[in-house]
Amino acid sequence: MLSFFLLILIYTGIYSLMALGQNVITGYTGMLSLCQAGFFAIGSYVTAILCVKCGWGFFATIPVAALLSAMVGVLIGLPTLRLKGDYLAIATLGLGEIIRNVINNWDSLTNGPMGIQKIPKPSFFGIEINPYSKWGYLLMVAIFVLVFYLLLKRLADSRMGRALEAIREDEIAAGSMGINVTKYKVWAFAIGAACAGVAGSLQACFSLSVTPGTYTFMVSVIVLCMVVLGGMGNFKASIVGAFIIQLISYFPQLVGISNKFPAQFKQILFGLILIVMMIYRPQGIMGRSRRSFSKTGRSCPFKFLASKVRTVFKSSKEAGR
Amino acid sequence: MRILETQKLTRAFGGVIAVNQVDFYAEKGLITGLIGPNGAGKTTLFNNITGLDQCTSGKVVFDGHDITKLPAYKISRLGIARTFQNIRLFKELSVVENVMIGRHYKSGDPNKGRFAEALKSYFKLESSEKTIYEDSIKWLSFLELEKAADEDAKNLPYGLQRELEIARALATEPKLLFLDEPAAGMNPQETDHLMMIIRKIRDLGITIVLIEHDMKLVMNICDSITVLSYGQKIAQGTPAEIKSDPIVIEAYLGKEDEDE
Repeated sequence: MLSFFLLILIYTGIYSLMALGQNVITGYTGMLSLCQAGFFAIGSYVTAILCVKCGWGFFATIPVAALLSAMVGVLIGLPTLRLKGDYLAIATLGLGEIIRNVINNWDSLTNGPMGIQKIPKPSFFGIEINPYSKWGYLLMVAIFVLVFYLLLKRLADSRMGRALEAIREDEIAAGSMGINVTKYKVWAFAIGAACAGVAGSLQACFSLSVTPGTYTFMVSVIVLCMVVLGGMGNFKASIVGAFIIQLISYFPQLVGISNKFPAQFKQILFGLILIVMMIYRPQGIMGRSRRSFSKTGRSCPFKFLASKVRTVFKSSKEAGR
Repeated sequence: MRILETQKLTRAFGGVIAVNQVDFYAEKGLITGLIGPNGAGKTTLFNNITGLDQCTSGKVVFDGHDITKLPAYKISRLGIARTFQNIRLFKELSVVENVMIGRHYKSGDPNKGRFAEALKSYFKLESSEKTIYEDSIKWLSFLELEKAADEDAKNLPYGLQRELEIARALATEPKLLFLDEPAAGMNPQETDHLMMIIRKIRDLGITIVLIEHDMKLVMNICDSITVLSYGQKIAQGTPAEIKSDPIVIEAYLGKEDEDE
């Protein structure tokens, strides 16, 4: 039971990363994208291939996974981001499927539908993190989520975050304010894709094998649900949304009643929850996060850390004199 | 000195010629009015100059730069700001955030591209944001909107939304400000207040071009007026000249019947 709960938490972490990325794309910039699964797959396969075929260490593959996902995001973003709303959704949906089909058929590189097995366990300076003993892996995933949360929060609180929100609210007015709309849209898309790429790496390493069947369209939809359920434009809410959705989807197994419910049950439940949400709380559980301005300026996630570092520096300087 | 000049600017939508070979100009530091009956092509001319729409032929010169084919954000960075006929605020954001977005380009990092500086500024979010915030409050108080700073833009009354659009445009520190029907939907008191604001903006040294149907406002504050009708420029002159111009009267009121 506990072990199963830990499993849910690990999946929450992996999906949180994807949801954080989706939140940049959809929650902040207002682009309805449905291809997180595609970038998730790219991240997974980069890790799997580099680990198994090239003998790389797990942590070395993560930047490559993030970078490659972001690059694919930019390549596809440039032509498609001039589309809006439903049209963008359809184009990105197609993209996700194309990525999956390429992986499914590129036998020489990805081993086709068979997938890649025997991915080595990750080790961190000689300490092996065993996915089967879940605590260690959970800690690692949690650190990743925390780091990405802080980075993205910092980004969203800067003038770039404000520019993204301006684009969401009114593209034409944003352009007239001197904001390079295309540039920021592509950046948002690349950042979202990179998050999903890292999530893919973690997933590959957790299941120790990758198969194309994991990266279906449903993954993109679930990630979008997480963002909508938690509240668009709020990073904390994306993580909460990820947790709730994961909890619901594994709830029958968790309490041991999975034999009484068919597997499709969770999709019915998802649908119900989303309908109820749209009627009673369309802004999501937590709603959009608002900036607060006071005389002392705004709270910054690094403020505490930065002030600490500064005092330590100061005192060491004085001691030196 | 002409700060803005269009040369034979033409915009055709299929067979309809919305703007036809218009030579429009604005003198530096003055208020220029652009009037004409509905559908005369005033807003299309604005959109062509500010880069929201691409002209079919002709040329736009601003402050020595050829801005004909530039995208909107580059034109804004050169110093042209505008408001919109149908208000285009960032509705879900607060009033002050709207103005802060106006500061986007001017608040850009002067040390851009230097990695060490970027890393340093990463931890200085608070101070840079504080500067942007304070600058924005300054522009809000210029328009006497600072009390509403923390409200959502969508909750402001209509007249104040128009003024917020002006504040947001001014925050980009423009040399030239386009106002597209700034008094539309305002009551007489609000219109008077608006006139005072427009004069205050001119006194900052900002050139103003405005489209307006409220003749009292136009005749009162404009230094020069250009009249468009069916996409063509039919007259240009001081308010007094325009008032007595037979061609303008004809365009607005129709031709007198010759039999009577």
